Amino acid sequence: MSEECLNHAETARTIGRGNGPFITGNTERTHDIDRLRSGHKVLAEYTFERKPVKRGYAGRILYVNLTDLEIREIPLTSDVKEKFTGGKGFGLKMTWDLMGPDTRWNDPENILALNSGPLNGTTQYSGMGKCLSTTVSPSTNIICDSNAGGYFAPYLKFSGFDSLILQGKAREDILVFIDGTAGKVTIETAPYEETNSHLLSEQLTYMYAAEDSESARQKVAVVSAGKGSENSYWGILNISFYDPRRRVTRMKQHGRGGLGTVFRDKKLKALVARIEGFNGMTNDPQDIDRITETGIKHNREIRDLDMHENNMRTVGTGNLVEIMDAYDLLPTENYRFGSFPKASRIYSTRFYKRFTQGIPDGCWYGCNIACSKAVDGFVLRTGPYKGERVTVDGPEYETIGGGANMSVWDVDWILEFNFYCDTYGLDTISTATAIAFYMEMYEYGILNKERCDGLELCFGNAEAVLEFLHRIASGDRSEFIQVASKGVRRMKDHLIAKGWGDPDLIENCGMEVKGLEYSEYVCKESLAQQGGYALASKGPQHDEAWLIFMDMVNNQIPTFKDKAEALHYFPIWRTWFAIVGLCKLPWNDIVPADNASTDEPAKIPEHVRNYAEIMSGILGREITPQDLMDQSERVYNWQRAMNVWMGKGRRKDDIPPYRSMGPVTEMEYLSRKDRYDNQLKELVGISPEELSSMSVADRIRVLREHRYEEYNKLVDAVYYRRGWTPNGVPSPKKMRELGFSDEKEMLEMLQKAIDDDDAAGLNVWGGSYGEGDEIPCDDPRYWE
Amino acid sequence: MTITVNRRPVEHVEGETVGDLLKRMKYSFPLVVVKIDGRVIAKSAFSSTPIEDGSSVDVIHLTSGG
Repeated sequence: MSEECLNHAETARTIGRGNGPFITGNTERTHDIDRLRSGHKVLAEYTFERKPVKRGYAGRILYVNLTDLEIREIPLTSDVKEKFTGGKGFGLKMTWDLMGPDTRWNDPENILALNSGPLNGTTQYSGMGKCLSTTVSPSTNIICDSNAGGYFAPYLKFSGFDSLILQGKAREDILVFIDGTAGKVTIETAPYEETNSHLLSEQLTYMYAAEDSESARQKVAVVSAGKGSENSYWGILNISFYDPRRRVTRMKQHGRGGLGTVFRDKKLKALVARIEGFNGMTNDPQDIDRITETGIKHNREIRDLDMHENNMRTVGTGNLVEIMDAYDLLPTENYRFGSFPKASRIYSTRFYKRFTQGIPDGCWYGCNIACSKAVDGFVLRTGPYKGERVTVDGPEYETIGGGANMSVWDVDWILEFNFYCDTYGLDTISTATAIAFYMEMYEYGILNKERCDGLELCFGNAEAVLEFLHRIASGDRSEFIQVASKGVRRMKDHLIAKGWGDPDLIENCGMEVKGLEYSEYVCKESLAQQGGYALASKGPQHDEAWLIFMDMVNNQIPTFKDKAEALHYFPIWRTWFAIVGLCKLPWNDIVPADNASTDEPAKIPEHVRNYAEIMSGILGREITPQDLMDQSERVYNWQRAMNVWMGKGRRKDDIPPYRSMGPVTEMEYLSRKDRYDNQLKELVGISPEELSSMSVADRIRVLREHRYEEYNKLVDAVYYRRGWTPNGVPSPKKMRELGFSDEKEMLEMLQKAIDDDDAAGLNVWGGSYGEGDEIPCDDPRYWE
Repeated sequence: MTITVNRRPVEHVEGETVGDLLKRMKYSFPLVVVKIDGRVIAKSAFSSTPIEDGSSVDVIHLTSGG
């Protein structure tokens, strides 16, 4: 606890609203703002002309170099707008322009880009305040994109910039203040503020508010990381939004890929954006009526149907816990199982009672899904803030699922885990998935108390997990914490290098691809989702594709071609949200009453049309649903091409660990014996007699060979459908079709990669095709 | 006595309604579209719509989450 924070018990506030009085206040402290401010020294200042947003675009990108203390504007050209649309599209394009392919996450050249998008900041439709950010990830050393709500992206745009590009490294802790009220950007030292986010974001919200009022605090947005971000590869960015009902600076998270780690490596303590104000016209839509009508229609759906559909307004994404448990998809004990007898202890019904109900809970104005649930007045039991009363944002499904994965079935514990991950700046997904892996290794004796530096990391040991978090945040230098805080990939390498345990077992059980940890779904029985995860550009996150129901339950995509089509459409469609600045949940977590009677209900066609309507209304030109797909497909392929450029965009980089595909251990096999035995009979063609003579180990081996063969055929079909070579490289022909004819450097890079693959004999199908098997394409050089 | 559910054979139960079938299949996800022989069944009719022997039932689970 810093000296700048004074105990002040009276600031825990009792507020009567909604279902009754509740205690709120992130902290029972007040902050000596004058003292904090006295440490600020302005290192660089830049004045810009204040200009209104025009048809969804500010028209400028803000570039800040933290090494040289350079601040400048980069004009947004019509060519970049047309080809990259916005959001992560701009981040990727700027990164390509300003950085080399060998740049690693902690090189000063690495770029951290925070982006809005042309629809971002709209208030007439739900979910339009997402910030889309990109950087070279410490986990993967390729570009990772991550999205979060909160107010920063709209405020950045309303201040005058579509994107903020951060490059270089500061020499001391600094913050960047974008003052949209004065047309000024400053780089300031920030030595005294807290680093952990729940306090830092509160301090800076109060410090930079134009006056001491709730309204003024709502016009400030803070981006911060935390002590955990400094000391792990799981760093997140917390994006603030001031909640006047709770009188708390709340936060949404850029969770995946270590953006917070890069942020702290650059010695960034915070970003702050302040605006004078805004309204429904600030994004300058050409046809406000068109947008408003679409928004009203969608809001009626939410009002009338949410309570019968997903209950997002009362429990948020936590509604998925019981669903995943029922369908054998809830990860338990490092994805060994998909359901567990104790799971009902963490169902959303348990969290419903903890969430403060009856308060609008959106993380951007105008969102009626309002799924940013929070637990108020939660008293911490461990760590540096033990005994303090805080507001816990969430938890969302992934965090609760992470609890299941570590076999922790306690609501209070999950809330504490959630709080500390957020304030320390740790990704709940990577943290939980990695710890679950360490726990399994502990169970096998590959890790033990001594090798874990005194931590008993066995499944279900919640206290050890919290101790692990606190030790990461405190900068513990022990060997185990140093390796373990860098994630599953580094731990696999460590265990194998030490000669601790069977390398195959270690590789099979650790749930990562490209170096990023899996999110919290079991996908053993969905081949399409195995591809959805392992083929995802940034690593195994479900935001590109969630096909488990479509594949495993609905049986809608039985052939490789069907699955490839789904793995073409959905990643491209879902990427669209990341280029325009939107949340995906209003698309598919609320469904129109007549959706069932449409041709393709899984695509929620009416909502797709809504987005085309809104984009038309903002840009002032007609945009069709196909145009949305075209916009997105360009950016999707550009990101894959950048993976190739950075050395991780080939088939070898898209191979999942076997734990995501099937049973690794005999215990897993035996836990679903009937299922796997039937598959060996029905899918592999093993007779009942043969099967009865096979050991469990043999059954696992044969099933595994079958599933990898299926996976390779899936990858063949997907690469072909996407216009990539059989080794996963977007072809120059495809890129030209998408409109990148003038990007000669990119085209040449891709052609060289293909030529290198040719020379190495890698441009061949991965699957084994016998007579009667349908290969994706007869033309052996289809990509040329 | 069989029906198909999502193109997989399932035993037919005399008098079973759509709602009963969803329970039997443990299909608890709320965002489902149910079709019997291609005909969409309204959610409000799940508990009153019987499933005849030989029917082809589609229970299409939509996707949730983001």
